[in-house]
Amino acid sequence: MARDMSDIDILKMELEQLKKEVSTPREPVSKTSKETMDWCEAASGTDLLITGVPDDKNPYKPEKGGCIIT
Amino acid sequence: MGEMEELRKEADNLKDQITEARKVVQDTTLQEAVAGTTLVGRVQLKTRKTLRGHLAKIYAMHWGTDTKLCVSASQDGKLIVWDTLTTNKVNAIPLKSSWVMTCAYAPSGNMVACGGLDNMCSIYNLKGKDGNVKVMRELAAHTGYLSCCRFLSDSEIITSSGDCTCILWDIETGTEKTIFAGHLGDCMSLAVSPDFKMFISGACDFTAKLWDIREATCRQTFSGHESDINAIGFFPNGNAVITGSDDATCKLYDLRADQELITYQDSGIMCGVTSLAPSLSGRLLLAGYDDFNVNIWDMLKAERVGVLAGHDNRVSCIGVSSDGMACCTGSWDSFLKIWN
Repeated sequence: MARDMSDIDILKMELEQLKKEVSTPREPVSKTSKETMDWCEAASGTDLLITGVPDDKNPYKPEKGGCIIT
Repeated sequence: MGEMEELRKEADNLKDQITEARKVVQDTTLQEAVAGTTLVGRVQLKTRKTLRGHLAKIYAMHWGTDTKLCVSASQDGKLIVWDTLTTNKVNAIPLKSSWVMTCAYAPSGNMVACGGLDNMCSIYNLKGKDGNVKVMRELAAHTGYLSCCRFLSDSEIITSSGDCTCILWDIETGTEKTIFAGHLGDCMSLAVSPDFKMFISGACDFTAKLWDIREATCRQTFSGHESDINAIGFFPNGNAVITGSDDATCKLYDLRADQELITYQDSGIMCGVTSLAPSLSGRLLLAGYDDFNVNIWDMLKAERVGVLAGHDNRVSCIGVSSDGMACCTGSWDSFLKIWN
C-alpha cells in the first residue's frame, strides 16, 4: 500500500517494476494498428449502435399503434 | 540521502530505456494507418427508456451479461436491479452504508456487489432460497474507499481502492487471494480482459497498469495522461486499453506495441472524463464528461461523431449491453437512460 510505505521503499518498488518492464516484448505499431483496424472494420457491420436497430427489431421501441399499460 | 539519489537516477535511466524501446517499434502512427478509412457516419442515439427511482446521485451502473438487466448504485443508499425493457425494478436493495461508489453484476446473474466509503465490498445473493436479497459476504481489508469492483465468477471478485491497491478476493472464504500493489495514487477504476486472464487499473498517479491475475504481477504501465484516470476499459478484442481522465482526454494504448496509439481530445472540451464504454466492435467510444454530456468518438479516426445530451447533471457512469444493442447512462441527476 503506497500510503504506508517509506519514500525509499516506494522507489525500490518502482525500480523493481521498471526493471521488469524494460524487457517487455514490443511489436511494431504498423502491425498492431493494422490488426486493430481490421478487427474493428470486420465487427462494425454488426455493431448495432453504428448500423442502428430497425424499429420492428428494437425491443426498446414501443410497438406501433399502441402501448402496453400495466 | 545518497541512496535515494542513486535509486532515482537508476529509475530515470530505465524510464529512458523504455521510452527508446517504444520509439523503436513506432514505425507508424494509428492516424497514418487509418488515413484511408472513412469516418463513421454521424451517430444519433435516442433515449428509449428513463429509469426513475433513485432519490440521489447515481454513482455507478453495470449491465448483466447476456441480459437486459442492469444494476445501479446511488447515494440514496440503494442498489437497484432494473429490467431495462419494462423499466421495472427487479430488486431494490437497501445498503448499510449509503456512501456507495461502485457496483457490479456477476456474469452468472446470481450476485451483485457494491462498495464505497465504507472501504468494503459487499456481495449480495440475488437468488436466495426465500426470495430475499441478503448480504452474502462483506470483503474487508482495504484501508481506503472502494472505487470499483468486477466479478471474475461467482467465487472471485477484483476490487480497486483509494488505498492505491487492487485485491483479488475469494468470495467463499471472504479473504484476499492476491494484493496488487504498485500504483502511487488512489486506484479509481478497473476492467477485466475478455478472456478473464488480465485486468487493468487506472489511478490518480496518472497511469494505467495491466496486471496478470494468476501470476499476480504488473505486466505493463502506461503513462501520458496529465491528471487522474477516472475510467478505464478494454478494447473489445482485448489487445488495447482505453482510459478517460480529468485532463479532459481519453487515450487508446496498444498492449502489444506497449504504447499510446491515439488521444481523443477537442479544444472545446475542457472538463474531466468520468466514465467510458466502447461499442461492441470497438469502433465507437462513448465517454461521459463532467459537463453533463456523453461524447461519441470514432475510435480509429479520433473524431467526435455524436453527442448524447439528456441529463441535467454530471454523467457518472456508462455501459453498453453485452449484445451491443443499447447504451445505458447514469447521472448525478438521479436518472438512468437507455439509448440506441
